[in-house]
Amino acid sequence: MKIHYNRMKTHTPHIGLFIPCYIDQFYPNVAIATLELLEKLGCKVTYPLGQTCCGQPMANSGFESDTVGTTSKFIRDFAEFDYIVAPSGSCVLHVKDHSPKLEKLQKNQEYVQSHIYELSEFITDVLKIDSIQGSFPHKIGFHASCHGLRGLRLASDSERNEPVFNKTLQLMKDLEGLEVVELTRKDECCGFGGTFAVSEEAISVQMGKDRIADHVDKGVEIIVGGDMSCIMHMQGIASRDNEKIRLMHFAEILNQIIS
Amino acid sequence: MSHSENATLFLQNKERAKWHDDTLWIVRQKRDATIHQIPEWEKLRELASQIKDHTLSKLGYYLEELEKNATANGIKVHWADNAEEHNQIIGRILDEKKCKAIVKSKSILTEECHLNPFLEEKGIEVVDTDLGERIIQFLKQPPSHIVMPAIHLKKSDISEIFHQKLQTEKGNTDPVYLTHAARLHLREKFLQAKVAITGVNFAVAETGEFVVCTNEGNADMGVHLADTHIACMGIEKLIPRRKDLGVFLRLLARSATGQSITNYNSHFRSPSPGKELHLILVNNGRTRQLAREKFRNSLKCIRCGACMNTCPIYRRSGGFSYESTVPGPIGSILSPGIDLKKYSTLPFASTLCGSCSDVCPVKINIHEQLYEWRQEITKAQGSSIKGMSMKMANGIFKSPLAYKISGQLMRASLKTLPDSIIYNPLNAWGKGRNLPDLPAESFKTWYKKNRK
Repeated sequence: MKIHYNRMKTHTPHIGLFIPCYIDQFYPNVAIATLELLEKLGCKVTYPLGQTCCGQPMANSGFESDTVGTTSKFIRDFAEFDYIVAPSGSCVLHVKDHSPKLEKLQKNQEYVQSHIYELSEFITDVLKIDSIQGSFPHKIGFHASCHGLRGLRLASDSERNEPVFNKTLQLMKDLEGLEVVELTRKDECCGFGGTFAVSEEAISVQMGKDRIADHVDKGVEIIVGGDMSCIMHMQGIASRDNEKIRLMHFAEILNQIIS
Repeated sequence: MSHSENATLFLQNKERAKWHDDTLWIVRQKRDATIHQIPEWEKLRELASQIKDHTLSKLGYYLEELEKNATANGIKVHWADNAEEHNQIIGRILDEKKCKAIVKSKSILTEECHLNPFLEEKGIEVVDTDLGERIIQFLKQPPSHIVMPAIHLKKSDISEIFHQKLQTEKGNTDPVYLTHAARLHLREKFLQAKVAITGVNFAVAETGEFVVCTNEGNADMGVHLADTHIACMGIEKLIPRRKDLGVFLRLLARSATGQSITNYNSHFRSPSPGKELHLILVNNGRTRQLAREKFRNSLKCIRCGACMNTCPIYRRSGGFSYESTVPGPIGSILSPGIDLKKYSTLPFASTLCGSCSDVCPVKINIHEQLYEWRQEITKAQGSSIKGMSMKMANGIFKSPLAYKISGQLMRASLKTLPDSIIYNPLNAWGKGRNLPDLPAESFKTWYKKNRK
């Protein structure tokens, strides 16, 4: 398997693997794929066993001030690594932007916040890998999760007038047989939104149905995304509505290609 | 009612909800098409944002400059600290003129101040002359959108209203026919009114003039036929120099409707000979918002409505679901500053997707302020939230599956979360969605077996 990138010759980066709580519980395969993918790309990866949660569910519900304990635990768990990588743009954005400032841990907090990366961002920007070579003969639709898109700027969005890019799709651009469809609403929110999914249940489900319909209308076989929270929500609707469409995290695809 | 309850009702009419979503999405698409014709779009937004930030940082200075220059131009400047004072000032002018009928062009500020009911109580006929405004006035409804006030109505609805109010042919939904009927009806009202009221889009401190932007020319028609023009503006509608105006006029219409520019951008500087021109500068809570550091820059808003058109929640719940004068994302960060309790569900009517902030022509960080208002609201609510978590807990204990899952989450990974989050109402999840299949083991368990 040929991979187009310059391996870091002088130093193998030691990564602290941050697996969001719901991925740990519901989607261990995505976590395993992330771990194996990073290892295959030449990284040393450690999963700190004491990790719990980044605090986002509480903070987005208005309880940021109650996340001091969670945040200091997170910083202590991860400050020793060269980089912190997670298969979730949303949780990474939370750690960067919304965790409460902890004066006593200021130095370590700043370090963690400037060294934490979403998976595709880490592969493109830190490992400097342009694209992964291989074959994936499927028709996919890409779900651009909002926090990765407009928070971490993992891709250009349809709202701004800026050069078009997409770090996740860039990694997949050379895959043989892959067809990425153009959606009607290429980056509309799926309606998950954390506690929004239950506090605004009706709109949340309608938004999810609308997103899935856009992919189904275009003949998409697999919806590919980078945040399992959005995927869990859309998968839940698709399975309730007996839609045949599949949903996958891009880490599963890339890991399966680099065997 | 909470936003969520209103939204649930709105979505019950599936076909209409879809139509509403599609209609506003078309406006968003028009906006996208036009901004891509402007290579310097993002620079324009940045410039507009900086001009507004600067103006807000010296608001007192520029307001006094505006007052001085406007007065020198022959404009009578009034200051109103709140809605009541604003309405009283207008009431006094109308009494003085013995005026019993006025025409008004769209002004969200007069909606905010509830001017219409105030004047109607005084026996004064108020006619809103913007076509959309007139339609909802017939229905005694507030606007559902700040730029397209009747966007929630279909052609067939309007045909029915006009049939009843203007005796148009029943079932005739031809827009040209209906608009013509409205035109004849409004012309009569224009000719009768001695006083015309308008809003203000931009006031220029340097020149003491102000600019009103409309597509229908109704502001101009009203003003030119009346003897007295009363213009009402929120104190944040200010820009320092006339040359700044170009930045905002380029952004406003493109963001609002996808037009290059509004059809009429009328400058008002001095009254015509023999006529009067009044300018009312209204605070009504704006200085309180200015004092809130995290929420200050919401006052940069130029009322283009782009955040409404792009908001996936607004499009699927309609303007009325917010129950506030300004609906949508911008309304959800402005309204809690006016009444935190009444509008406490609005900052939660968002997935924090950030689309509003990225379409905003003056770069208001709307979704970040929604997040910040959530923090303020939970602080203010304290005890009632605990009550809610008990209800949530109750919901979980009723569902064995939800209990099993939340129990696993609680035991395995969410040890540091407070009860209000752990007792998450997972039962609401299952109404329209299945839960994920539970894997045989967690990642943590797998990792211990395979890597340690």
